[in-house]
Amino acid sequence: MRPAASLIIFTTLSGLGFGLAAVIGTGLLKATSAQWAIIHGFVSLGFIGVGIIASTWHLGHPERAWRALSQWRSSWLSREGVLAGAVVMLLVIYVADQIYSGTVNAWLGGGLGAGLALLSLATIFATAMIYASLKPIPLWHHPLTPVNFVLWAIAGGLLLAATLNTWQGTTHSLPPLALITLLIATTSKIAWWQSPRKHNSTPETATGLGKLGKIKMIIPPHTEENWLQHEMGFQIARKHRNRLRPIALILATALPITLIITAPHSAISLTLATILHIIGVTTERWLFFAEAKHSVMLYYK
Amino acid sequence: MTSLPPPSKVKLGLVIDLDTCVGCQACVVNCKEWNSPGYGAPLADSDPYGTKPSGAWLNRVHSFEATDHDNTSRVVHFPKSCLHCEDAPCVTVCPTGASYKRGEDGIVLVNEDACIGCGLCAWACPYGAREMDPVEGVMKKCTLCVDRIYNSHLAEEDRIPACVRTCPTSARHFGDLGDPNSAVSQLVKARGGFDLMPEQATKPVNKYLPPRDRPHIDADKSDAVDLLQMAKSATPNGFWKWLDSMLDRLGE
Repeated sequence: MRPAASLIIFTTLSGLGFGLAAVIGTGLLKATSAQWAIIHGFVSLGFIGVGIIASTWHLGHPERAWRALSQWRSSWLSREGVLAGAVVMLLVIYVADQIYSGTVNAWLGGGLGAGLALLSLATIFATAMIYASLKPIPLWHHPLTPVNFVLWAIAGGLLLAATLNTWQGTTHSLPPLALITLLIATTSKIAWWQSPRKHNSTPETATGLGKLGKIKMIIPPHTEENWLQHEMGFQIARKHRNRLRPIALILATALPITLIITAPHSAISLTLATILHIIGVTTERWLFFAEAKHSVMLYYK
Repeated sequence: MTSLPPPSKVKLGLVIDLDTCVGCQACVVNCKEWNSPGYGAPLADSDPYGTKPSGAWLNRVHSFEATDHDNTSRVVHFPKSCLHCEDAPCVTVCPTGASYKRGEDGIVLVNEDACIGCGLCAWACPYGAREMDPVEGVMKKCTLCVDRIYNSHLAEEDRIPACVRTCPTSARHFGDLGDPNSAVSQLVKARGGFDLMPEQATKPVNKYLPPRDRPHIDADKSDAVDLLQMAKSATPNGFWKWLDSMLDRLGE
């Protein structure tokens, strides 16, 4: 599949933003003042917002994007939109509550926070299900796909929360938590890569001509590459896969963990760790799209 | 509404005969011709006369070579368009409700005014039946010529999809596959019509008819004509032989 920049930015950054929103909701990231509550909210909303804006780039008609909220009964993409909207609203209320009441655990805080955390995770799950539900793409059609998305988002959210903590000058238990979830996310990702995927469709089932023998396309249906091949016939990743996979994990996990261990309370160290993590997850996401093969390409073999 | 309707009684669709298709592309061209000024936004091309032409097409013909274990091969021309699946995955993924399956006849359509051009339906379709319009930014797909088949302004014989109407070898048939007594259903039954990628569980309405078996020819025992002998006997004799040699003597 073509690794569209819009979708890579969207799933990486909004994943991180929702991850941070979930951490904020759990109360693990405590703002020391109203200003910091606003900053936390803005960082989370910023990542979510940039991601969602990026996701509209690839639309043919971004001005009609609001229509995507209507089909939540059947479509994961629609569900994701509805959930994302709910998270943004809850986050704004949650931050406003902190500003007004001046404390973190205001009367609204508990239930609202739990709701915020759950809905944030549900949003990431819905994003992942858009891909995991697609049967023609065996690489994505796997139970670990949503698990990976959610784990990366939690790990990123914890890392970002730990970073914000160091900036506001509170020491906390977040760095070890971030470290552990990074390791879990990495393990899950490796399991996803390792677990065998079989395209149960073949050129023979695609054409129904298996009885006649091995099927090979000899004349393409046009003289130039068409939209289907452009969108679903991306080749470069498979060539560099063995190099890019370790690079992604070194950036997303190994280097951030090294920084967390060496200087867990240094703002510079954790900021750098977060930036490296984002670059690593971006690489991982690029591979997620670029490595995936779609059954339509069986007609072009 | 992108939830699928309950299975319709009438299931309009195509039956494509891979035995008779000669890969002439006439159906492809007539489809483009009819749908460019027809239903919805024009079916556009980008850079059609330039160095990198591209464009949206609702019907494409591939040609495959099938090679069996004793290394004999045959060519099969293979037209491919939307199969109007019973369990159409392209419909349920649509976030806006633009993609829908009609309850009355099972035709899968796109409401282009509500399409945001996200492309997810094309990802969900295992067959590559949907293509993004490069100019309009909306998803395009076969409409089964819904603007022909019910069109009382057209002559009776023209109320069939453009691809079916134009096929010079009658390799394409249109009808109600929900009715077991219809001509198309009978054809599917008689010729062993099959589904594409049944393992994807989309339950396509369109069916394909397999190429018929070819008679086996034994090269050694056959009474095939001897081409070499034919060529020899075609060399001139008598008067023409004399003329031929005289003219040769005159030189170049």
